[in-house]
Amino acid sequence: MKASAPPKSESFKLSMLLSDTRYRGTSLQVITFIIFVAVFFWLVDNTIKNLALLGKDVSFNFLFLRAGYDINQRLIPYTSDSTHGRAAFVGILNTLLVALVGCLFATILGLFVGILRLSKNWLVAKLMSIYIEGFRNVPVLLWIVMIFALLTEFTPAPKAFKGADPQATMLLFDSIAITNRGTYFPAPIFGEGSFWLLLSFILSVIIVIFIRKNANKQKKETGKSFPTFWISVLIIILPTLGFYFLLGKPISLEYPYLKGFNFKDGIHLRNSFLALTLALALYTSAFIAEIVRAGILAISKGQSEAAASLGLRPNKIMNLIILPQALRIIVPPLISNYLNLTKNSSLAIAVGYMDVRGTLGGITLNQTGRELESMLLLMGFYLCVSLLISSVINYYNRSFQIVVR
Amino acid sequence: MSKIAFVQKNKIPPSPAPISEVGVIGWLKQNLFSSWFNTLLTLLSIYFIFIILKDFIPWAWGGHWDTKSLRECLDLNPDVACFSVLTARWKQLLFGLYPAEEYWRPTVTFILLIFSIIPILFPKYFRFFWFSIIYPGLAIWLLWGGSIWSVGIVYIGFFLGVLLFILLLRNITKNMVITGISSILFVILFFIFFSNYLVKNLDIIIPISLPPVESLKMGGFTLSLIVGITGIVASFPIGILLALGRQSNLPIIKMICVGFIEFIRGVPLITLLFVASVLLNYFLPPGTNFDIVLRVIIMVTLFSAAYMAEVIRGGLAGLPLGQHEASSSLGLTYWQSQRLVIMPQALKISIPGIVNTFIGLFKDTTLVSIISLRDPVGLASTIRADQTWNGIYWELYVAIGLMFFVVCFGMSQYSQYLERKLKTDK
Repeated sequence: MKASAPPKSESFKLSMLLSDTRYRGTSLQVITFIIFVAVFFWLVDNTIKNLALLGKDVSFNFLFLRAGYDINQRLIPYTSDSTHGRAAFVGILNTLLVALVGCLFATILGLFVGILRLSKNWLVAKLMSIYIEGFRNVPVLLWIVMIFALLTEFTPAPKAFKGADPQATMLLFDSIAITNRGTYFPAPIFGEGSFWLLLSFILSVIIVIFIRKNANKQKKETGKSFPTFWISVLIIILPTLGFYFLLGKPISLEYPYLKGFNFKDGIHLRNSFLALTLALALYTSAFIAEIVRAGILAISKGQSEAAASLGLRPNKIMNLIILPQALRIIVPPLISNYLNLTKNSSLAIAVGYMDVRGTLGGITLNQTGRELESMLLLMGFYLCVSLLISSVINYYNRSFQIVVR
Repeated sequence: MSKIAFVQKNKIPPSPAPISEVGVIGWLKQNLFSSWFNTLLTLLSIYFIFIILKDFIPWAWGGHWDTKSLRECLDLNPDVACFSVLTARWKQLLFGLYPAEEYWRPTVTFILLIFSIIPILFPKYFRFFWFSIIYPGLAIWLLWGGSIWSVGIVYIGFFLGVLLFILLLRNITKNMVITGISSILFVILFFIFFSNYLVKNLDIIIPISLPPVESLKMGGFTLSLIVGITGIVASFPIGILLALGRQSNLPIIKMICVGFIEFIRGVPLITLLFVASVLLNYFLPPGTNFDIVLRVIIMVTLFSAAYMAEVIRGGLAGLPLGQHEASSSLGLTYWQSQRLVIMPQALKISIPGIVNTFIGLFKDTTLVSIISLRDPVGLASTIRADQTWNGIYWELYVAIGLMFFVVCFGMSQYSQYLERKLKTDK
């Protein structure tokens, strides 16, 4: 038998750049790259020409100029004499505030609704499906304006609280007033000695964490569980309460009260903030509820049956078997819903809440006429937030995913 | 035998289940009152339903439908709904500022829309697919008006291109690349050199035209549907390409795709819409100014394409690696294996996500009200700014919400039907 001669190496032809798989990848990439660069330069060239036509330049100096407009809700000191940069920062903080509070409420509500939807009670399960479908299938913008209308049109004016026989009364022992100008809550006042109180509270929390860790360790070594729940409750409550009275009640509440035509003191939450946060939280909670439900349903029934046959009690099955596995499925989409909520908070403009889009991308943009720079900064901010959140998801996935091989 | 004292010879008929365990009572007991906690939940839910319906039913049931203004409603009975605003303005909510004598055009467009999506939704009617291909052009012509040939020429151009492709492939060469490139070149040349000339002549020979309507006149639910459906149709193929690009092992293509997806997903749609309305003029050659609705459609499409890409990538990642390996070991090329093996499975897994993206896109069309286009939400504020209806809220919002709910809920129901139908395991 004759060994076949090695195939003659073909000479390179130009058409092989497209037809030969060895070269096709590279040539495709080169073509794409050239088109990409060409389009990019075309866009930049157009922008430069347009800017030159309008007599504008690209400069971020406007951030250091006087803003000259007021922001009604601010977490840091700000006046109309502050700079545009500071206004943008106030806006960023407002955005983050809405996002934070919204995520918190959405998670709690979503967890609640998602678990109730799995309830064996037919009526409750149906009610929760109506809630979920109702919120998921109507645009969030509509929810925002609806809740805003509810808060401004159907709540009493502050003057309705006036007089001996008022039309409206405050809730919860005269502490919360819901008016068409916003809702007033009692504000905590930190008096002398509150530092020590807080310190004792933090210390007791640290002790509890330590005890729990120890109990866990003991359980892993000996198999005996050590009841920690009531002990931790006692450790957290008792010293704090003791110090509270020993130090002479350092923290007190400042109640809102009616003065003239408006409420004074207390924490004032504006309707714009409330409507935005509430609408975003309700809307997102419907999505979270579905995620929670899917996560719990994804754990096969065999898991809980196996746990039950090992003799675990129902709440232990939930805590030790179902939840740890379900969380692995729930957490990544949950976090990406937080991201959606943060991005949806840019709809604040519909109710006049001054978030970063309202300050940097709204009034600052209009006043200075620097559309390009403002939009770049705005997009940069949102990109940073989203990259941060997606890196959290990736980190979570890396550290909690089941390792197969 | 005789030791057995008693033998039951005939079968005792089974006695009926206790009345408390079957029928309505049994169902109630099992589903609503199985434990004290369940009973509590049931009672709470009933109470909750009661307080909502107690106010809502009289409000909606006794609503006025034919008053002239909100004032009149309030004079008659302030506690019930004033749906007269819908009676008076429903045309605006549906069509925006579209000229009244031309209302039949969007109406016909939507009726035809139903016919055009049936072949896609239900494979039974796939033989009518040609209508789905004609429909986009027909819809554009009906909605924007003008000469039929300015839309028709696009179809003629592509038709000739396809014809040329087939002829070349049959008669001259089997090489797909050469025939493809030459057909594309032909189409481009056709559009650059012949189309204007042809449109003018066809216009003279067979003049069919409708009065043109400019984009800013469009509004209401028509606008939502235009933006939503165009976005849905266009974002799907772009999303697939982006997902494939992201999975590809060609680093430059992968980088471009990842950059695009992450950028679009990282910023809110509303900033992109602002770019469309404010900034886009900076990026285009000086003096260009193209249709605002088209700009919005492009942005919405890009936005949902990025989301679509991530959903499809999830589906692709869900497929076992063996599928890729098996299809290449059968000798399929990259595109063949994608088309015949990978995509059908990956798309099937990602149906819920895809439909969710569609629903999200359709809901996001309301954001155009923020760049002052007149979609239903934007129109609601326009109507409320009117003296006659100043102060009306719920009637409008409930109606708009209901319109969106019907469309979105319908989509999600269809996706569940599709999932059941395509389920091959179990």
